[in-house]
Amino acid sequence: MEVLAYLIPISLFLGGVGLVAFIYTVRSNQYEDPEGDARRILSDEWDDKPKP
Amino acid sequence: MTAQLSSGTAACPGCLAAPPEPARPIPEDVQIALSLPGIHCSACIATVERELNAHPGVEDARVNLTLKRALIKAAPEMRAADLIPVLEQAGFEAHELDPGALSATQTDKSGRDLLMRLAVAGFASMNVMLLSVSVWSGATDATRDMFHWISAAIALPAIAFSAQPFFANAWSALRVRRLNMDVPIVLAILLALITSLWETALSGEHAYFDAALTLTFFLLAGRYLDFRTRAAARSAAEELTALEVPRAIRVIDGIEEEIAVAELRVGDLILVRPGGRMPVDGQIVSGRSELDRSLLTGETVPVFAEAGQTVSAGEVNLTGPLTIQATAVGEDTSLHRMADLVAIAESGRSRYTSLADKAAKLYAPGVHILSALSFVGWYLYSGDLRTALNIAAAVLIITCPCALGLAVPAVTTAASGRLFRKGMLIKHATALERLSEADTVVFDKTGTLTSGAPELVNLGDHARAKVEIAQALAEASAHPLSVSLVKAARAAGIKPANVRGITEVPGYGTEGEYRGQRVRLGRAAWVGADQGTETSAWLAVGDDAPEAFRFSDTLRPGAAEAVDALRASGKHVLLISGDSQGAVKSLAEKLGITDWIAEALPQDKAKRIQDLSDQGRNVLMIGDGLNDTAALAAAHVSISPASALDAARVASDIVLLGNDLSPIADACDTAVKATKRIRENFQIATVYNVIAVPLAVIGLATPLIAALAMSTSSITVSLNALRLR
Repeated sequence: MEVLAYLIPISLFLGGVGLVAFIYTVRSNQYEDPEGDARRILSDEWDDKPKP
Repeated sequence: MTAQLSSGTAACPGCLAAPPEPARPIPEDVQIALSLPGIHCSACIATVERELNAHPGVEDARVNLTLKRALIKAAPEMRAADLIPVLEQAGFEAHELDPGALSATQTDKSGRDLLMRLAVAGFASMNVMLLSVSVWSGATDATRDMFHWISAAIALPAIAFSAQPFFANAWSALRVRRLNMDVPIVLAILLALITSLWETALSGEHAYFDAALTLTFFLLAGRYLDFRTRAAARSAAEELTALEVPRAIRVIDGIEEEIAVAELRVGDLILVRPGGRMPVDGQIVSGRSELDRSLLTGETVPVFAEAGQTVSAGEVNLTGPLTIQATAVGEDTSLHRMADLVAIAESGRSRYTSLADKAAKLYAPGVHILSALSFVGWYLYSGDLRTALNIAAAVLIITCPCALGLAVPAVTTAASGRLFRKGMLIKHATALERLSEADTVVFDKTGTLTSGAPELVNLGDHARAKVEIAQALAEASAHPLSVSLVKAARAAGIKPANVRGITEVPGYGTEGEYRGQRVRLGRAAWVGADQGTETSAWLAVGDDAPEAFRFSDTLRPGAAEAVDALRASGKHVLLISGDSQGAVKSLAEKLGITDWIAEALPQDKAKRIQDLSDQGRNVLMIGDGLNDTAALAAAHVSISPASALDAARVASDIVLLGNDLSPIADACDTAVKATKRIRENFQIATVYNVIAVPLAVIGLATPLIAALAMSTSSITVSLNALRLR
């Protein structure tokens, strides 16, 4: 049962990482256009590098 | 459009950004916003962005498919009017939006806030569930206590943060001594936390931390869906308001200046160009023209206008430039006064009780009584406060309205999404329920069943030589009738005659000289004929008797299909118009509508609808003009096209975004299905309660049973709603 001493903090930490990542995506407007983003991956046009 | 797509070789720097930061934020200083009702796929996004980015002066353009909008960052001198033709050439319908009116929706804080709380509740419930599963599968003694304490440490702060909207709502209801859905929710959450803490402190067996968190999570999910549907409707409604960029040309000492309509004052001189809409009520000071009053009265025949005549806001100037002096601005204009009528009619509609409200009214007191009874019963029976409180908490948690909270929002989200994809916007929360009950449909004519664009009907009645002369004269004018005449003549392969010295006389018509004779095309009185009831332009060649070119309104696409489908589904269809007998009769016959009324005043329309309602009918009103607004508001449920006047759109529950009317029948169908799903969802939720509540009351419920009942009922309800998509 000693393994719990590692596993519980690890599971909490991983869950926390997920939560922080989600909060980041909300804050950076990544849910503004869910439908458009779903379609854009089908487009043949892409950039090799960011716009100048 | 496909031709455009296959030629997709040009670099498209703006459309696809997969740089280090996954989604490029929308440019901050957006200068132009366009509404693109027609876009629907990745190819559309690519084409629109390529076309816009290729246009000189555009710095960056980004399409938002969810909102069907394009946001463009451009050089300061760029105007939306420059970009709209670019898109129209590529085959996309585009309208200018007022970015100022849109800004409110972009930083929608409360939606984001709700999403954050949902995420925290989800995170916490997953972790606590992990610990709870270990307890259920047999952890005992110190291990179980430790798991319970860790659960408590996660659950308490998580609930303190996530459940705040419920606390706030419940408190505001309790403060005015009322009960709402949130009161039992908050009671369940708090009681679950208190008994669980108490049990944990005494090393008890059952703790409901997971239940309190999943309850919060599912309810927040319902709230979020609900919020999103409403926000989508609100932002689209704002978008429609933003469509009318309100500007007017003020003339001061001969200098023209473009200003916002809100800045106009009584006494200002305003120049209204042909094609422009009167921004305010006023009196014509100079100029001569014709006015299209169809949006206000429904009549299609243009009215002659000259100096001294009064005009009302909303009328459209057709031929010559007019200078008007404002007599009433803003709230005082006849347009706004008419809109006030709506507010009165609207108050009747707010009395409609939605299915959700009905359910809540039964639910909230029932749950409290049941839980209180089991508490009292167990206390009297066992004399143990702890057991009695535990059972009361279990009853509250099991009867939790998770499924109830999801039952309506999940369905309305699915249904609104489906209708939005078909080009309809649900503005009102209970619109779908009311639409499903509609059994009588009342159409307006001008602008609703017809597109408002005239079509020449009697080209064949005239000698070819006359048509050639008429075409030559019509080509010199931008009047809608002339444009239509030229189109019809060209389509028939007719070449214009060689008419010389053509001049347009604003408000009357065009005249010229042909083989030594004076030729005129224009108003009846001007060429010496009697104005009939139908829309017509008259041609006079020399001293010959004038000949009439008659026009009728073109049907809006999908109008015939919509009327047929509505009738096929057993609804009674009526046509009520402010237009003349002849015009209404011919249209009604064309569409096979037997029940029609012509020359109806706005009050008549509203009264007729009131009469129908008094007969116990649920009326669906479809109209666009200012003369329809009172009727739209008085009807059980109402639809207006996006081209309608602002006031009419505000008064209606559903707005048709495209030009096509055919989605209306489909919407009725979807509404019926949606209401059926909502009822099914209530039944599902009740069945789960009927099974689980007796267990809780007799004290057999464990946290495991609570979790199972809650999750399965919520998931079944959501899946049932998804069948609508």
